[in-house]
Amino acid sequence: MAKRRYGHWHGHQAGESGRNHVMANIVQFENVGLRYGTGPDAGPETLADLSFTLRSGAFYFLTGASGAGKTSLLKLLYLAQRPTRGVIRLFGEDAVVLSRDRLPGFRRRIGVVFQDFRLVPHLSTWDNIALPLRVAGMPEVDIEQPVREMLAWVGLGDRADARPATLSGGEQQRVAIARAVIARPEILVADEPTGNVDPDMAERLLHLFESLNKLGTTVVVATHDFHLLGRIPGAQMMRLDRGRLLDPTGSLRYPPTRPE
Amino acid sequence: MMSRAIKARSSAERRVLDEAGGLRAMTWVMAIMLFLTMLAAALGLATAGAARLLDRQLVGRLTVQVVDGDPVRRDAVAARVLAALRAMPAVATATPVDRAELTRLLQPWLGSDGADPQLPVPAMIDVDLADHDGAAAARVAATVRRLSPIVRVDRHESWMSPVNDVMRSLTFLALALVLLMASATAAVVVLAARAGLQTHHATIAVMHMLGSTDLQVARLFQRRIALDATIGGVGGGVTALLVIAFIGIRLHGLGSELLGGVTLGGVDWVVLALLPVAFVVLATLAARVTIVRALRHIL
Ligand SMILES: Nc1ncnc2c1ncn2[C@@H]1O[C@H](COP(=O)(O)OP(=O)(O)OP(=O)(O)O)[C@@H](O)[C@H]1O
Ligand SMILES: [Mg+2]
Repeated sequence: MAKRRYGHWHGHQAGESGRNHVMANIVQFENVGLRYGTGPDAGPETLADLSFTLRSGAFYFLTGASGAGKTSLLKLLYLAQRPTRGVIRLFGEDAVVLSRDRLPGFRRRIGVVFQDFRLVPHLSTWDNIALPLRVAGMPEVDIEQPVREMLAWVGLGDRADARPATLSGGEQQRVAIARAVIARPEILVADEPTGNVDPDMAERLLHLFESLNKLGTTVVVATHDFHLLGRIPGAQMMRLDRGRLLDPTGSLRYPPTRPE
Repeated sequence: MMSRAIKARSSAERRVLDEAGGLRAMTWVMAIMLFLTMLAAALGLATAGAARLLDRQLVGRLTVQVVDGDPVRRDAVAARVLAALRAMPAVATATPVDRAELTRLLQPWLGSDGADPQLPVPAMIDVDLADHDGAAAARVAATVRRLSPIVRVDRHESWMSPVNDVMRSLTFLALALVLLMASATAAVVVLAARAGLQTHHATIAVMHMLGSTDLQVARLFQRRIALDATIGGVGGGVTALLVIAFIGIRLHGLGSELLGGVTLGGVDWVVLALLPVAFVVLATLAARVTIVRALRHIL
């Protein structure tokens, strides 16, 4: 089913798994700390002593109480924030010292569903979803089919021309998800992607992530929704508590167990 | 099909930053700036042209006067001077001013007495030089003066030089105005670009997160500003050209010899027509540099 739905993804599969094979650890954090603000404005460390690796092609859930630092951790991951200390390796390269002009190339390999969606307000649903492909310079004729497929998948085929302001919260969230996955990123980072949708839609969206994951994308989903955690066989879980990782990923399963 | 797709894309790219369409403040500022700049430029080009024309006409012209109470001696010397002038290779033509003509010119001041042949009116010879350069004129003047103490030489250049000075000052003033206007326009664009960055910083952050390069983001702004500048430039430019043409026609209507030189040649019109293009390029570049420099401070 996934293959039929995602016809345009199919052709890349062999190449993807080949690359994943070479790069076993797609993300690596070593003693990473994050403190917002500098000098007298500096707050307490929002994140501290984060050390973990994410395996290429795996599926991760990130949980933790509100304010635990989930969004902050994801921001480090999608290069919206540099850590105050520690080492982050992304796609096998040091992401902390990455020069500014290399950021776009890295970001195009990462799809992000923002907790607050961040749709471009003046663009239609269609154009919002097409944005990553256009940014990547894909020819216009090649954009139409994937956008139409994504619209159908997130159930917004009839809202293609609507502006974000005229969409419900759940609809906006689905646009944000479609935009994050359309370019088939190597890493998908989703921050509370099912917070505004009903359980059926949540499950459908999770299935979308799973399809993407089966095609080789490493998926990281931050969520409070404990119902979702058991839905992905083989998914691992990271738990944050006041900025620290409770159980650095080993072979974590839901219900969480301590590694080794 | 292809062109429709490209249109869809460019309209989508335009809308990324869009708020209200239509005429915006920037368009008006551009139109006004360009209108004023083109008037100043037209003034500068016209006065520069007039100064060049005056130079060309005057440097090569002398008037020789033979002043003596005795009409016989006066005419004898005048004939000698005329012959000498005509023998000089540097002289293209030497024409005695007709006495009847001279009398007619003096009539308003002297009345019918001007016709009295005993009146010590000088004999005059108009000289056109072959080469219009100052050194040749000076040489001819010196040679003629040596012929007789009653010969006086007027170089037109020296009487017209105050006029020429005014023309040149106006040219420099106009050039300064054009440069000031261009700087002001660039400053307006910089301010508009900064305001745009402020207004759209959330969208810019999203574009960055989706992997847009700084140049891609700058292009979104550049496109808007180029569009505004083009609309304003065409409006202001066409209005300015009409006004300039109208003033030109009025000046010609005056029939003044002095102001007759204040006209625009073909090259001048081309320069004026290129000014809007230059302004659009200036505005676009100013926007691009401002945006790219500001974006460098954002992760
Ligand atoms: N830009 C910022 N500047 C200063 N402090 C911040 C900033 N962003 C987050 N924080 C602080 O860092 C802490 C962690 O916030 P974060 O958004 O990462 O939590 P979260 O786990 O995503 O919470 P939620 O589940 O509510 O989304 C909070 O105490 C928050 O106040
Ligand atoms: Mg959060």
